[in-house]
Amino acid sequence: MDLLEFARGPALQVAAYILVAGTIWRLVGIILLKEKPEFSEPRARGGLGAALKVIYTRSFTADPFKPATLYPKILAYVMHIGLFMVVFLFVPHIMFFEGFLGFDWPGLPNSIIFFGGVAAIVSGFALLVRRLTHPVLRLISNFDDYFSWFITMLPLATGLLIPVRLGVRYETLLAIHIITVAALLIWLPFGKLGHTFLVFVTRGTTGMVFERRGAKT
Amino acid sequence: MTTVDGRHEIDREAERLAYKPPEVRHDKQGDMGSEERINKAMHHFVKNFNSQTASYLDGCLHCGMCADACHFHVRTDDPRYTPIWKIELFKRTYKRQVGPFAFFYRLFGLKRQVTIEDLEEWQHLLYDSCTVCGRCSLVCPMGIDIAGLVSMARHGMFKAGLIPHELHEVAKRAAETGSPLGITPDKFEDRLEWMADEHDVEIPLNVEQADVLAVMSSIEIQKYPESMAATAKILNAAGESWTFRTDGFEATNFGMLSGNPEWQKEATMKLIDAAIKIGAKLVVLPECGHAYMAMRWMGANMYGKPLPFKVMHISEYMADALNTGKIKVKKLDKSLTYHDPCQVSRRGGATQAARDVIKHLGVDFREMEFGGDYNWCCGGGGGVVTITRADPLRHRVFKLKMDQVEATEADELVSSCANCRQSFDDSQQHFGWDYTMGSLMEMVAENLEERKS
Repeated sequence: MDLLEFARGPALQVAAYILVAGTIWRLVGIILLKEKPEFSEPRARGGLGAALKVIYTRSFTADPFKPATLYPKILAYVMHIGLFMVVFLFVPHIMFFEGFLGFDWPGLPNSIIFFGGVAAIVSGFALLVRRLTHPVLRLISNFDDYFSWFITMLPLATGLLIPVRLGVRYETLLAIHIITVAALLIWLPFGKLGHTFLVFVTRGTTGMVFERRGAKT
Repeated sequence: MTTVDGRHEIDREAERLAYKPPEVRHDKQGDMGSEERINKAMHHFVKNFNSQTASYLDGCLHCGMCADACHFHVRTDDPRYTPIWKIELFKRTYKRQVGPFAFFYRLFGLKRQVTIEDLEEWQHLLYDSCTVCGRCSLVCPMGIDIAGLVSMARHGMFKAGLIPHELHEVAKRAAETGSPLGITPDKFEDRLEWMADEHDVEIPLNVEQADVLAVMSSIEIQKYPESMAATAKILNAAGESWTFRTDGFEATNFGMLSGNPEWQKEATMKLIDAAIKIGAKLVVLPECGHAYMAMRWMGANMYGKPLPFKVMHISEYMADALNTGKIKVKKLDKSLTYHDPCQVSRRGGATQAARDVIKHLGVDFREMEFGGDYNWCCGGGGGVVTITRADPLRHRVFKLKMDQVEATEADELVSSCANCRQSFDDSQQHFGWDYTMGSLMEMVAENLEERKS
């Protein structure tokens, strides 16, 4: 078995198992905690509708907070949109997903994907600089923040290097890229990258609690 | 040449340029060893854990945006006042002890165990510099209710005997005498009689059966007694069958503010019992923010089942009475701005009520920029106004509020919370400020139109 076979085979497979098992474990660990009954008379409807509402609305910043949070918000948006484009709209990736999903969807031209990848990396670096220099972020950051940043940037960087080659064999570069993706998938459920799925839980919970009070969400 | 001691920042906001005194006071209650305090703090924090709080503690991205929403951080630029940092110790303990990956954190020593020195330092962060106003909860991109977590952390701090002395004393007095200011039933009765005479208004007391139970906050009884007369005028004008009760009159809840759920429940149950005894269909809460949170949203949970009566803040009651024509008010020719009590508006959901009332008053209403749900807190909520060592910080923070009010150029300023009012009065005195905080309820009571019967 060569490196590429290892990356495409056992590495990705094990990573996928860990991703699924870790995500389930983390969510179950939270959901299984006892829930206190709520007896207060609701002012408005809570429930799933309220959860969905806040999952959507909290994607946008309320006016009073816009000036102070504009810069990091733009960076975060660019990074997330760039990542999304690269992961889900790059034609070779779509073919990979088709391999086990059985269906495909239209992709974007490689030049646009390349632009998205570069934008994601640039904004990622800007966010890192901010984390290293902003007094608040310096204080509250920990290992998880830096490691999660690193493990997210790695597949982006290795992916962007594939067309550049730098004298290295295509197969080797591809294998390295896939292994970094496997590393990302393995880490995802454990650290702050868990916000990929936790964001629905936290926003949804707040929606249900505060919407039924008729309070601002 | 003078050597500057860089450890203590120069306070450029002080009247005279001065070094900020170091914060050295770490209060302790009870006789416990450090280990026991740590264990109690964490145990009582974790005790009321549910999936909601767990997801909150697990979900933080360390984006730091909550700092920009917090008046304490905005006014000082001190990163320790970042809201999520205020619960850092508890977040750490959650990950170490309870979270889904606690085993790994402990195995690899990834989260340092909390020390007594940590907890002492956090006393300042959890009490002196947090009013539980919940503004931070609205900016969080993950939707984490940070203010709710601070309240939970306070449970741990209280049980560990690690809260500011002043707040502990006030809460203890409330538990022992039924009122944080030591207002006994006799004193309450005396003051009601005084107000009834002064205003020539009938104030029913200890009626055995009534539809409405009205309650007061000690701050009003002691400092703003006109509130009692105003409540009576409004309820009389609405033709309610109502009463005050000496066995359940205190609406403030310092058990909740200090972090002691047992005291919180005792205070809440007194009102519930009194309301049930007289067969009340409605309990009208006074102009007090946290009283609204304690009874409207937490009361039934303390009771363990739905309350057999409705609960309304006085601003909600007035809005309803005005909207349905139960009471009428004269139109006023002046401009007015309104300060939203955080627990009634932002966290309580009754933001519109005061605005309905103001509309009936016919004033030129000047909404503050980003008023309503995004209003800056008065700086004295969450028990902060009782903590005297926090006064300099509270005054500093109040500057935001002053700017917000002044920008409206309104003739008058009112609110619907005696605690906010107290905090405004104190800061007004400190700064020699022009604006005097008034009461929306008193404004309505003074301008009631005679009932045509």
